[in-house]
Amino acid sequence: MAITWEEIREGTALPRLEKRPGVTQLVKYAAGSGDFNPLHHDYGFPQAKQIGSIIVHGRFKYAALGELVSNWLGHRGRIRKISCEFRGMDFPDQPIVCTGKVARKWEESGERLAQLTIWTENGDGKQTTPGEAIVVFTR
Amino acid sequence: MAERFEITDAMRAAIGKETAPWTYEVTTTSVRGFARGVGYTDPVYFDVEAARRAGYRHLPAPPTYLGTPVFIPGQSSDTFSTPAAGMPRLDHGLPGLLDGGVETEYRGDICAGDTLIVVSKLADLQTRASKALGTMLITTTETTYTNAATGAVVAVQRGQAIFY
Repeated sequence: MAITWEEIREGTALPRLEKRPGVTQLVKYAAGSGDFNPLHHDYGFPQAKQIGSIIVHGRFKYAALGELVSNWLGHRGRIRKISCEFRGMDFPDQPIVCTGKVARKWEESGERLAQLTIWTENGDGKQTTPGEAIVVFTR
Repeated sequence: MAERFEITDAMRAAIGKETAPWTYEVTTTSVRGFARGVGYTDPVYFDVEAARRAGYRHLPAPPTYLGTPVFIPGQSSDTFSTPAAGMPRLDHGLPGLLDGGVETEYRGDICAGDTLIVVSKLADLQTRASKALGTMLITTTETTYTNAATGAVVAVQRGQAIFY
Protein backbone atom coordinates (compact mmCIF):
# COMPACT_ATOMS: atom_id res chain seq x y z
CA MET A 1 0.00 0.00 0.00
CA ALA A 2 1.27 3.40 -0.87
CA ILE A 3 2.48 5.64 1.92
CA THR A 4 0.93 8.96 2.88
CA TRP A 5 2.63 12.21 3.79
CA GLU A 6 1.06 12.08 7.25
CA GLU A 7 2.63 8.74 8.16
CA ILE A 8 6.19 9.32 6.96
CA ARG A 9 8.87 10.55 9.37
CA GLU A 10 12.47 11.63 9.00
CA GLY A 11 14.36 8.37 8.77
CA THR A 12 11.46 6.40 7.27
CA ALA A 13 13.08 3.84 4.98
CA LEU A 14 12.04 3.28 1.38
CA PRO A 15 11.44 -0.41 0.53
CA ARG A 16 14.48 -1.86 -1.22
CA LEU A 17 14.28 -2.41 -4.94
CA GLU A 18 16.75 -5.02 -6.10
CA LYS A 19 17.95 -5.00 -9.69
CA ARG A 20 20.31 -7.46 -11.32
CA PRO A 21 20.42 -6.39 -14.96
CA GLY A 22 21.93 -8.86 -17.38
CA VAL A 23 23.08 -7.99 -20.88
CA THR A 24 19.58 -8.48 -22.29
CA GLN A 25 18.12 -6.01 -19.79
CA LEU A 26 20.85 -3.51 -20.69
CA VAL A 27 20.01 -3.93 -24.37
CA LYS A 28 16.36 -3.21 -23.53
CA TYR A 29 17.45 -0.11 -21.65
CA ALA A 30 19.63 0.96 -24.60
CA ALA A 31 16.62 0.65 -26.91
CA GLY A 32 14.29 2.40 -24.48
CA SER A 33 16.64 5.28 -23.76
CA GLY A 34 18.36 5.60 -27.14
CA ASP A 35 21.81 5.27 -25.52
CA PHE A 36 23.68 2.78 -27.71
CA ASN A 37 27.14 3.34 -26.25
CA PRO A 38 28.83 -0.06 -26.93
CA LEU A 39 30.41 0.14 -23.46
CA HIS A 40 27.06 -1.19 -22.20
CA HIS A 41 26.62 -4.23 -24.48
CA ASP A 42 29.78 -5.01 -26.52
CA TYR A 43 32.56 -6.86 -24.68
CA GLY A 44 34.86 -6.21 -27.69
CA PHE A 45 34.52 -2.42 -27.41
CA PRO A 46 37.96 -0.96 -26.54
CA GLN A 47 36.79 0.83 -23.37
CA ALA A 48 35.04 -2.38 -22.18
CA LYS A 49 38.22 -4.39 -22.84
CA GLN A 50 40.23 -1.81 -20.91
CA ILE A 51 37.81 -2.01 -17.96
CA GLY A 52 37.55 -5.79 -18.27
CA SER A 53 33.78 -5.87 -18.71
CA ILE A 54 30.86 -3.99 -20.10
CA ILE A 55 29.29 -1.78 -17.43
CA VAL A 56 25.73 -0.86 -16.47
CA HIS A 57 24.58 2.52 -17.85
CA GLY A 58 24.81 5.15 -15.15
CA ARG A 59 21.46 6.36 -16.42
CA PHE A 60 19.98 2.88 -15.88
CA LYS A 61 20.85 3.24 -12.20
CA TYR A 62 19.43 6.77 -12.20
CA ALA A 63 16.20 5.48 -13.74
CA ALA A 64 16.13 2.60 -11.22
CA LEU A 65 16.34 5.16 -8.40
CA GLY A 66 13.39 6.85 -10.12
CA GLU A 67 11.54 3.54 -10.03
CA LEU A 68 12.37 3.17 -6.31
CA VAL A 69 10.79 6.57 -5.61
CA SER A 70 7.86 5.96 -7.97
CA ASN A 71 7.03 2.61 -6.32
CA TRP A 72 7.22 4.20 -2.86
CA LEU A 73 5.07 7.19 -3.80
CA GLY A 74 2.47 4.97 -5.44
CA HIS A 75 1.28 7.93 -7.56
CA ARG A 76 0.21 9.90 -4.48
CA GLY A 77 2.58 12.63 -5.54
CA ARG A 78 5.13 13.74 -8.06
CA ILE A 79 8.88 13.93 -8.18
CA ARG A 80 9.97 17.57 -8.19
CA LYS A 81 13.70 16.92 -8.41
CA ILE A 82 15.88 13.83 -8.63
CA SER A 83 19.65 13.65 -8.87
CA CYS A 84 22.53 11.23 -8.45
CA GLU A 85 26.26 11.00 -8.83
CA PHE A 86 28.00 8.09 -10.50
CA ARG A 87 30.75 7.18 -8.04
CA GLY A 88 31.43 3.60 -9.05
CA MET A 89 30.83 1.20 -11.90
CA ASP A 90 28.33 -1.64 -11.73
CA PHE A 91 28.57 -4.78 -13.81
CA PRO A 92 26.02 -7.06 -15.50
CA ASP A 93 24.42 -9.89 -13.47
CA GLN A 94 25.47 -8.26 -10.19
CA PRO A 95 23.04 -6.97 -7.56
CA ILE A 96 22.21 -3.27 -7.62
CA VAL A 97 20.08 -2.57 -4.56
CA CYS A 98 18.18 0.71 -4.74
CA THR A 99 17.17 2.12 -1.39
CA GLY A 100 16.78 5.31 0.57
CA LYS A 101 15.17 7.14 3.43
CA VAL A 102 13.25 10.29 4.22
CA ALA A 103 15.72 13.06 5.08
CA ARG A 104 13.20 15.80 5.75
CA LYS A 105 9.50 16.55 5.47
CA TRP A 106 7.95 19.98 5.48
CA GLU A 107 5.11 22.18 4.25
CA GLU A 108 5.75 25.20 2.09
CA SER A 109 3.27 27.44 0.23
CA GLY A 110 0.53 24.90 0.93
CA GLU A 111 2.56 22.03 -0.52
CA ARG A 112 3.48 18.87 1.37
CA LEU A 113 7.07 18.01 0.53
CA ALA A 114 9.64 15.40 1.41
CA GLN A 115 13.34 15.19 0.68
CA LEU A 116 14.74 11.72 0.20
CA THR A 117 18.29 10.42 0.38
CA ILE A 118 18.56 7.64 -2.18
CA TRP A 119 21.36 5.41 -3.39
CA THR A 120 22.31 2.16 -5.04
CA GLU A 121 24.46 -0.43 -3.30
CA ASN A 122 26.53 -3.10 -4.97
CA GLY A 123 27.08 -6.64 -3.64
CA ASP A 124 29.87 -5.39 -1.35
CA GLY A 125 27.57 -2.81 0.21
CA LYS A 126 29.35 0.08 -1.52
CA GLN A 127 27.18 3.03 -2.54
CA THR A 128 27.94 3.41 -6.24
CA THR A 129 25.17 5.91 -7.01
CA PRO A 130 24.28 8.29 -4.17
CA GLY A 131 21.48 10.73 -4.88
CA GLU A 132 18.63 12.82 -3.66
CA ALA A 133 15.00 13.43 -4.53
CA ILE A 134 12.36 15.98 -3.60
CA VAL A 135 8.76 14.83 -3.87
CA VAL A 136 5.49 16.70 -3.47
CA PHE A 137 2.47 14.80 -2.17
CA THR A 138 -0.71 15.64 -4.03
CA ARG A 139 -3.19 13.25 -2.39
CA MET B 1 43.98 9.68 -20.01
CA ALA B 2 46.17 12.72 -19.54
CA GLU B 3 48.87 13.47 -16.99
CA ARG B 4 48.36 17.16 -17.59
CA PHE B 5 45.32 18.79 -19.08
CA GLU B 6 44.30 22.41 -19.22
CA ILE B 7 41.08 24.11 -20.24
CA THR B 8 41.89 26.47 -23.12
CA ASP B 9 40.30 29.86 -23.82
CA ALA B 10 38.71 28.34 -26.92
CA MET B 11 36.96 25.76 -24.71
CA ARG B 12 35.83 28.43 -22.25
CA ALA B 13 34.40 30.46 -25.13
CA ALA B 14 31.90 27.64 -25.72
CA ILE B 15 30.29 28.06 -22.28
CA GLY B 16 26.78 29.47 -22.48
CA LYS B 17 26.17 28.95 -26.19
CA GLU B 18 22.81 27.32 -26.86
CA THR B 19 22.15 24.59 -29.38
CA ALA B 20 19.48 24.90 -32.03
CA PRO B 21 16.20 23.47 -30.71
CA TRP B 22 15.53 19.79 -31.40
CA THR B 23 12.27 17.86 -31.17
CA TYR B 24 11.87 15.06 -28.63
CA GLU B 25 8.78 12.84 -28.68
CA VAL B 26 6.98 11.12 -25.81
CA THR B 27 4.75 8.39 -27.21
CA THR B 28 2.87 5.44 -25.73
CA THR B 29 5.44 3.12 -27.33
CA SER B 30 8.43 5.16 -26.13
CA VAL B 31 7.08 5.32 -22.55
CA ARG B 32 6.53 1.55 -22.53
CA GLY B 33 9.96 0.99 -24.10
CA PHE B 34 11.71 3.03 -21.43
CA ALA B 35 9.70 1.48 -18.58
CA ARG B 36 10.49 -1.97 -19.95
CA GLY B 37 14.17 -1.06 -20.25
CA VAL B 38 14.27 -0.12 -16.56
CA GLY B 39 12.24 -3.19 -15.58
CA TYR B 40 9.10 -1.54 -14.20
CA THR B 41 6.13 -3.78 -13.39
CA ASP B 42 3.81 -0.88 -12.40
CA PRO B 43 0.93 -0.98 -14.93
CA VAL B 44 0.61 2.82 -14.81
CA TYR B 45 3.56 3.05 -17.22
CA PHE B 46 2.12 0.47 -19.64
CA ASP B 47 -1.69 0.51 -19.50
CA VAL B 48 -3.45 3.75 -20.47
CA GLU B 49 -6.53 2.89 -18.36
CA ALA B 50 -4.35 2.24 -15.29
CA ALA B 51 -2.60 5.58 -15.91
CA ARG B 52 -5.93 7.43 -16.09
CA ARG B 53 -7.17 5.71 -12.91
CA ALA B 54 -3.98 6.92 -11.19
CA GLY B 55 -4.85 10.48 -12.20
CA TYR B 56 -2.68 11.00 -15.28
CA ARG B 57 -3.92 12.42 -18.60
CA HIS B 58 -2.07 9.63 -20.48
CA LEU B 59 0.81 7.20 -19.86
CA PRO B 60 3.22 9.28 -17.73
CA ALA B 61 6.91 9.46 -18.59
CA PRO B 62 8.71 7.37 -15.94
CA PRO B 63 11.04 9.39 -13.70
CA THR B 64 14.23 10.42 -15.55
CA TYR B 65 12.67 9.76 -19.00
CA LEU B 66 12.39 13.05 -20.89
CA GLY B 67 11.36 11.84 -24.33
CA THR B 68 13.24 10.39 -27.26
CA PRO B 69 15.06 12.70 -29.67
CA VAL B 70 13.74 12.41 -33.22
CA PHE B 71 16.39 10.38 -35.02
CA ILE B 72 17.54 11.58 -38.44
CA PRO B 73 20.52 9.77 -40.00
CA GLY B 74 23.36 12.18 -40.52
CA GLN B 75 21.87 14.72 -38.11
CA SER B 76 21.70 12.56 -34.97
CA SER B 77 24.43 10.86 -32.99
CA ASP B 78 24.40 7.21 -34.04
CA THR B 79 25.63 6.29 -30.55
CA PHE B 80 23.50 8.44 -28.24
CA SER B 81 20.55 9.30 -30.55
CA THR B 82 20.88 12.94 -29.53
CA PRO B 83 21.16 15.73 -32.12
CA ALA B 84 24.74 15.75 -33.37
CA ALA B 85 24.85 19.37 -34.41
CA GLY B 86 24.81 22.28 -32.08
CA MET B 87 26.80 21.21 -29.05
CA PRO B 88 30.17 22.93 -29.28
CA ARG B 89 33.00 20.55 -30.08
CA LEU B 90 35.70 20.75 -27.46
CA ASP B 91 39.03 19.73 -28.91
CA HIS B 92 40.26 18.25 -25.64
CA GLY B 93 41.73 15.10 -27.18
CA LEU B 94 40.66 12.94 -24.22
CA PRO B 95 39.38 9.57 -25.51
CA GLY B 96 37.66 8.20 -22.40
CA LEU B 97 34.11 9.17 -21.47
CA LEU B 98 32.15 8.44 -18.29
CA ASP B 99 28.85 9.78 -16.97
CA GLY B 100 29.52 11.84 -13.83
CA GLY B 101 26.07 12.58 -12.55
CA VAL B 102 22.70 14.05 -13.39
CA GLU B 103 19.97 16.17 -11.87
CA THR B 104 16.47 16.61 -13.25
CA GLU B 105 14.18 19.35 -12.04
CA TYR B 106 10.54 18.87 -13.03
CA ARG B 107 8.37 21.95 -13.51
CA GLY B 108 5.43 20.21 -15.18
CA ASP B 109 4.17 16.76 -16.08
CA ILE B 110 5.26 14.82 -19.16
CA CYS B 111 2.95 12.24 -20.71
CA ALA B 112 2.58 10.20 -23.88
CA GLY B 113 1.45 12.45 -26.71
CA ASP B 114 3.70 15.33 -25.67
CA THR B 115 6.20 16.86 -28.04
CA LEU B 116 9.09 18.60 -26.33
CA ILE B 117 11.39 21.25 -27.74
CA VAL B 118 14.84 20.74 -26.32
CA VAL B 119 17.75 23.17 -26.09
CA SER B 120 21.12 22.43 -24.49
CA LYS B 121 24.02 24.57 -23.48
CA LEU B 122 27.43 23.98 -22.05
CA ALA B 123 27.07 25.39 -18.54
CA ASP B 124 30.48 24.76 -17.00
CA LEU B 125 33.95 23.25 -17.46
CA GLN B 126 36.17 22.03 -14.62
CA THR B 127 39.20 19.80 -14.26
CA ARG B 128 39.67 17.27 -11.50
CA ALA B 129 42.65 15.07 -10.66
CA SER B 130 42.07 11.33 -10.35
CA LYS B 131 44.68 8.78 -9.27
CA ALA B 132 43.30 6.20 -11.67
CA LEU B 133 42.31 8.37 -14.62
CA GLY B 134 44.78 11.28 -14.59
CA THR B 135 43.53 14.83 -15.06
CA MET B 136 39.87 14.65 -16.01
CA LEU B 137 37.73 17.24 -17.78
CA ILE B 138 34.25 17.60 -16.23
CA THR B 139 31.66 19.23 -18.47
CA THR B 140 28.24 20.33 -17.21
CA THR B 141 25.49 20.52 -19.80
CA GLU B 142 22.13 22.12 -19.02
CA THR B 143 19.19 21.01 -21.12
CA THR B 144 15.76 22.66 -21.10
CA TYR B 145 12.62 20.76 -22.13
CA THR B 146 9.65 22.85 -23.27
CA ASN B 147 6.20 21.46 -24.04
CA ALA B 148 5.64 22.40 -27.70
CA ALA B 149 1.86 22.76 -27.29
CA THR B 150 1.80 24.91 -24.14
CA GLY B 151 5.18 26.66 -24.31
CA ALA B 152 5.80 25.74 -20.66
CA VAL B 153 9.21 24.53 -19.51
CA VAL B 154 8.47 21.07 -18.08
CA ALA B 155 11.97 19.98 -17.08
CA VAL B 156 15.55 21.16 -16.77
CA GLN B 157 18.32 18.57 -16.63
CA ARG B 158 21.94 19.16 -15.68
CA GLY B 159 24.37 16.41 -16.60
CA GLN B 160 28.06 15.99 -15.96
CA ALA B 161 30.30 14.14 -18.38
CA ILE B 162 33.82 13.07 -17.46
CA PHE B 163 36.48 12.98 -20.19
CA TYR B 164 39.79 11.30 -19.39
